[in-house]
Amino acid sequence: MTTVIAPPESPANSPAPRPSRGFTFPARFLPVIATVVLFFAMFGAGSIRYEGFSSPQTILSVLVDNSFLIVLAVGMTFVILTGGIDLSVGSVVALSAMIAASALRSGWSAPLVVVAVLLTGSVLGLLMGLVIHYFEIQPFIVTLAGMFLARGLCYVISVDSIPIKNETFTSFASGTIEIGDYFITPSVIVALVVLVIAAIVLHMTRFGRTVYAVGGSEQSALLMGLAVARTKIGVYVISGFCSALAGLLYAIYTLSGYSLTAVGMELDAIAAVVIGGTLLTGGSGFVLGSAVGVLVLGLIQSFISFDGTLSSWWTKITIGVLLLVFVLIQRLFTRRTV
Amino acid sequence: MIQMTAEAAQATRTQPVVEMSGVSVSFPGVKALQSVGLTLRAGEVHALMGENGAGKSTLIKALTGVYSIDEGTIIVGGEPRTFHSPAESQAAGISTVYQEVNLCTNLTVAENMLLGREPRSLGRIDTRAMNRRAGETLARLGLDIDPKSQLGRHPIAIQQLVAIARAVDIDAELLILDEPTSSLDADEVAKLFEVMRTLRAEGVAIVFVSHFLEQVFEISDRMTVLRNGQFVGEYVTAETTQLQLVQAMIGRELETLEKIEQEADEHTVKTQGAPLIEVIDLGRKGSVEAVDLKVFEGEVIGIAGLLGSGRTELARLLFGADTPDHGDMRMRSKVTKLRTPRQAIDHKIAFSSENRRSEGVIEDLSIADNMVLAMQASRGWLRPIPARTKDRLVKKYIEALDIRPANPNALMRNLSGGNQQKVLLARWLITEPELLILDEPTRGIDIGAKAQIQQLVANLAKDGMSVVFISAELEEVLRLSDRLVVMRDRRKIDERANQDVTVSDVLEIIAGEVRNDA
Repeated sequence: MTTVIAPPESPANSPAPRPSRGFTFPARFLPVIATVVLFFAMFGAGSIRYEGFSSPQTILSVLVDNSFLIVLAVGMTFVILTGGIDLSVGSVVALSAMIAASALRSGWSAPLVVVAVLLTGSVLGLLMGLVIHYFEIQPFIVTLAGMFLARGLCYVISVDSIPIKNETFTSFASGTIEIGDYFITPSVIVALVVLVIAAIVLHMTRFGRTVYAVGGSEQSALLMGLAVARTKIGVYVISGFCSALAGLLYAIYTLSGYSLTAVGMELDAIAAVVIGGTLLTGGSGFVLGSAVGVLVLGLIQSFISFDGTLSSWWTKITIGVLLLVFVLIQRLFTRRTV
Repeated sequence: MIQMTAEAAQATRTQPVVEMSGVSVSFPGVKALQSVGLTLRAGEVHALMGENGAGKSTLIKALTGVYSIDEGTIIVGGEPRTFHSPAESQAAGISTVYQEVNLCTNLTVAENMLLGREPRSLGRIDTRAMNRRAGETLARLGLDIDPKSQLGRHPIAIQQLVAIARAVDIDAELLILDEPTSSLDADEVAKLFEVMRTLRAEGVAIVFVSHFLEQVFEISDRMTVLRNGQFVGEYVTAETTQLQLVQAMIGRELETLEKIEQEADEHTVKTQGAPLIEVIDLGRKGSVEAVDLKVFEGEVIGIAGLLGSGRTELARLLFGADTPDHGDMRMRSKVTKLRTPRQAIDHKIAFSSENRRSEGVIEDLSIADNMVLAMQASRGWLRPIPARTKDRLVKKYIEALDIRPANPNALMRNLSGGNQQKVLLARWLITEPELLILDEPTRGIDIGAKAQIQQLVANLAKDGMSVVFISAELEEVLRLSDRLVVMRDRRKIDERANQDVTVSDVLEIIAGEVRNDA
């Protein structure tokens, strides 16, 4: 049974096209670079068009107004990198704010409230992760269920808005940090710390690399003897934790808890992650990209408020167009590399 | 390297590294392994042989903890063990390179080699140390691959070598290589064998699975042969001939092949009158240049040519999967234009693609559902096939093609490659085509199934079906075909009656063309 003519492997494979040494990174970073370029292009365009837009405070204000979304997007990035999705985050933000507001109203101390909220979010994430992994159910369905559950729990706590009057929270909310002539809020610091920790975890720990491996090929990761179960469940815990933290930041930002807040915020987070260059199929992307994705979304809103004549629905339209463009870019990009 | 004294080496050699005995594994509807044994000794290359579907991969996955075993014992290093996951077997010193490359193409070469074992300092992965260690291992294997490059940018052959480098880095006591050479060229195979010899000298036990008999005889010390999920025997390579091995693996099929050849020689075709299908000057830019071809009723046309010679492209044009730019097609003297596969099916043409996995098999459907797909498509979705007709047809073809398991409800994913191919053939035969185009129907399947498929083609032709048979294995093409078409560089370069044509004749036709070009 000798195969006389060319064995079935294609001759296209044999002259191994070895990539040139050293300079191999641009392909991976390309989507993130595209997002950064887009961000500065938008900033430049705004600066030319509107007076006062060119101030660094514009960017800092975007950070201030979206610090909770950055935290949310960071958690979402972990999940999407494994090829999953977490639809529950918006509801968990609302639930966290509700828990915080009502617990503070009934006289809990601020640190206790923070711990309780973060624990609740993490446990919710853990439960969803366990169901997703051990029952092999699509993350979409499980987190959709989690979304309804968390939203429902908000109403159980209260149908009315609960104001937050706790001093620790109010002073955190009104606090500013001066940087020269400009300012940011403590929430921004929290978001940036989360971002840095996330980047370190993703790139410098085994857990982080396993997240990428699972997203690349879960089957391969399993056969390589990696801790797939722990990793897959872990990302939902992280996402739950980040949602709860974002909920706290949101409660501080609005100084209240209300059942109907943060509706659809999960979609903003997903949009930010995708615009930030992370592939929805998993395995490729960076948290930094997601943060820039949030900034792009925020900057669109700045455009609208600076313009004054544009209606707020232009935000949604622009996000929609951007999302489509970025997904198309990614499609072309992955086609070329595979 | 640890230098062992002769006695110490002898002592470790007497105690097997792994001893599997009485191992049985079953899947829904399939008994994949029945009471199989395997003994692996340190410092030996042990070949695991058998046709596709004989149970080699299953046995390996049972050992490494991917599948759980129903019965039997696995003794590793003198102790009975049960592994529940690849991670556990890896921790016990068993390292595996699977048939399909199981790495993450989105990560770098170094990461793929060291995932899960990355060198760390202060809890963080030390990327520099990781790249250095990966580079050292690659260098030790004589591989010139940049550890920092992304794995997906390398061809499959390189990815396969990286997978082996990963396995080597683990410092395994047992290294399992499941068909590692199927995507490597001769130089790369030589390189791999060098690595294997080095490891063997270091006292590593190696399991080597391959379809290439020459390679097995070159590298292995012992062989275990499986057939149909059962243990046939263990042989010492030096005391065994290739013929003995082949007989152990396939038994009766050798005779079948000889019989087919004889029958095909006696098979005659009436090449008078109008051909079933005739193409004149048929071609498509970038795919095939103008081809003239006639196929008569009951004729087997063999198409030979190197990969990329345009054989598949020609088949796709005949089936309407690609639309020709120029040329005419006549069926029974009537001008016919085929723009879509659907039109081809309506004209009773069937095409079995070379990409069994991606273009044919639907793994999550049953044998029966896979079989009736084409028939259902040609009837239109609004006219379901009556259950009784479906049962009758499926039963008939399962018997006729000897599909195993003979259970219409077994899932396709649990079938071996050869049996999947038979189901695909049945899918087209149910539509009762007049022209059957088979593109590499025997690729990657075992000798037994190959013989059965060739027998089937010969029988179909005898019953008056026309067949276009494309295969990289020249013996097959020559054994079956009445007329031979040779292709090269997307052109038909020769056509002749298949009388006393030998493999070397065909090679010369192809090579001659090369010389003419030069």
